[in-house]
Amino acid sequence: MTVHGANSLRNGPDEQGRFGIFGGRFVAETLMPLIIDLEKAYREAQADPAFKAEVEFLGKHYTGRPSPLYFAERLTEKLGGAKVYFKREELNHTGSHKLNNTVGQILLAKRMGKTRIIAETGAGQHGVATATVCAKFDLPCVVFMGATDVERQYPNVLRMKMLGAEVRAVTAGAGTLKDAMNEALRDWVTNVESTYYLIGTAAGPHPYPEMVRNFQSVIGEEIKAQHFEAEGKLPDAVVACVGGGSNAIGTFHAFLDDPSVKIYGAEAGGHGVDIENGHAASMTGGRPGVLHGNRTYLLQDADGQILEGHSISAGLDYPGVGPEHSYLHDTKRVTYAPITDDEALEAFQLCTRLEGIIPALESAHGLAQVMKVAPTMRKDETIVLCLSGRGDKDVESVGRYLGFNK
Amino acid sequence: MTTRIPARFARCAAEGRPALVTYTMAGDPDLATAQAILDALPAAGADIIELGMPFSDPMADGPGVQAAGQRALANGQTMRKTLSMVEAFRRKDADTPIVLMGYYNPIYIFGVDAFLVAAKAAGVDGMIVVDLPPEEDAELCIPALKADINFIRLATPTTDEARLPTVLNNTSGFVYYVSMNGITGASIKNHAAVGEAVMRIKAHTDLPVVVGFGIKTAEDAARMGRESDGIAVGTAICNAVLGSLDNGKATAGTVGAVTSLVAGLAGGVKRAKEAA
Ligand SMILES: Cc1ncc(COP(=O)(O)O)c(C=O)c1O
Repeated sequence: MTVHGANSLRNGPDEQGRFGIFGGRFVAETLMPLIIDLEKAYREAQADPAFKAEVEFLGKHYTGRPSPLYFAERLTEKLGGAKVYFKREELNHTGSHKLNNTVGQILLAKRMGKTRIIAETGAGQHGVATATVCAKFDLPCVVFMGATDVERQYPNVLRMKMLGAEVRAVTAGAGTLKDAMNEALRDWVTNVESTYYLIGTAAGPHPYPEMVRNFQSVIGEEIKAQHFEAEGKLPDAVVACVGGGSNAIGTFHAFLDDPSVKIYGAEAGGHGVDIENGHAASMTGGRPGVLHGNRTYLLQDADGQILEGHSISAGLDYPGVGPEHSYLHDTKRVTYAPITDDEALEAFQLCTRLEGIIPALESAHGLAQVMKVAPTMRKDETIVLCLSGRGDKDVESVGRYLGFNK
Repeated sequence: MTTRIPARFARCAAEGRPALVTYTMAGDPDLATAQAILDALPAAGADIIELGMPFSDPMADGPGVQAAGQRALANGQTMRKTLSMVEAFRRKDADTPIVLMGYYNPIYIFGVDAFLVAAKAAGVDGMIVVDLPPEEDAELCIPALKADINFIRLATPTTDEARLPTVLNNTSGFVYYVSMNGITGASIKNHAAVGEAVMRIKAHTDLPVVVGFGIKTAEDAARMGRESDGIAVGTAICNAVLGSLDNGKATAGTVGAVTSLVAGLAGGVKRAKEAA
């Protein structure tokens, strides 16, 4: 592992998997030995140049890295402030940043000799990215997806099925990402010997938050290099949407120790953060608790029962967030702000019309944050958005919201 | 430690049988009925009572226990109400041990210190918290021991020889052996392996070993009670509650559905050592 200075914000997690008070390994005993094995296998892989080389090779030839850093000229003009750049993660194979993580983890699962892969998914992008690498590496794949999400992200359900994955619709709770994760954990406990749980975001028990972050950090590292090439300096601000937080931490991590770079995370504000259970902004509207293997900010009631939350975007519709974000929120290094459904829809349309890029509804939350911040910045400043995914999966539901389907 | 748990195991051992450990969900299907069930358990034959603290996201539970928790929460169950159930029970029964079982977040949000004080005052003897492995002992296990409440750990088929001492360290009251890799309510596939695992654990500790997960009938109880010091039954009881409901509401038969099941299981544990 890279060693940073003592005051670096990039040192986490510690040996216990903690980022400050957040993170940890809050899992049933059945899973604990496996999680320890996983960490051991990951450390060995990290130290193995052949592993790194394979991740990079696949990144280049399979995923299509590096993804471009694109100057969004018309959007910049329209906003009238800082120059807006998009980090085009939506151009990756399968259409989002999710493949960066699944490529890394599938190689690890192979090293560990696992013979079956399970995953949870919200928007279906992680499910598709998992089904994709399972097809490529010839491993059976089961994806848990909330029943509500199966409906609102149906194109991705079809893709997963065509890739050979079994999609299990979860009807518990509100039928969204939290419920899918519960069901994946239940499957894992039952099939722990054979099965690798390929978590799709920078959350869950240690070492997942660290591991997923490391696989996604290529985003921020590329931004840094590409921005130097384009502008000869660091960007003045970076922005990403935050569901569990994988594209965001992947974008932010390279810049945490560069104090001149302002960092913004866009949370799902749903119908508004004042409406109980009407949003999924866990840091703005929640408080620390323990769920899905880690301590982190959670939407919950006064008795510690977890709320379902709401977002128009299935990928952000989760009552928790990765533990490193909770830490960066408490230390105030990153500013997390809620974006409502309506603001995201407006950004979705603006991006589509001005740049000819249909963004995922998740990424549209990040863009809405850019629309608020860029006009307050100088014209010689720059702001980079991680455009985490493309919106093909969303055109049907957005069409319905906008009344196109009549 | 001055909890009621060791004395109860000693009494069962003196009677030449394993202990019957029953799990019911606090507040299921409603507070008053859950209290009536709880109060009726000792006479029906329960030796040790596990009282479930309902949680919205019970990751280690199958559909039976999940549904019980949802019924309780839908009827407004809270941690305070769960503790008040123990308090009310204690006014009638000074000896039967009560173990609270559930997940960490509701305790964390209540506040660990406040929770331990309230639980001890209510008459709680032990706790089983599924998502707190030994690696997180500083959270609740160590404070619980200081507050004179047993912290009962789960050992599982994945807990190998090398890890067993870590799991047993700081465990008190008894060891709960989870009979399978899986969630509550699944079926035990390999009974012989369970017996071997119990013997393996007993070689490492003097604590009683209770087997749980997958025990549904008096026959299961007799069979799984052969090698162990106790057997735990949960899903079958939650399902008995469910089967007695009319449109989700308790009926005149709800308490009886549980007590007759428990009485049958009590017959099973009495036969356990004879059969051997
Ligand atoms: C395109 C896209 N962006 C963002 C997310 C949110 O996940 P994360 O916060 O882990 O990046 C998702 C999740 O499905 C997604 O599909």
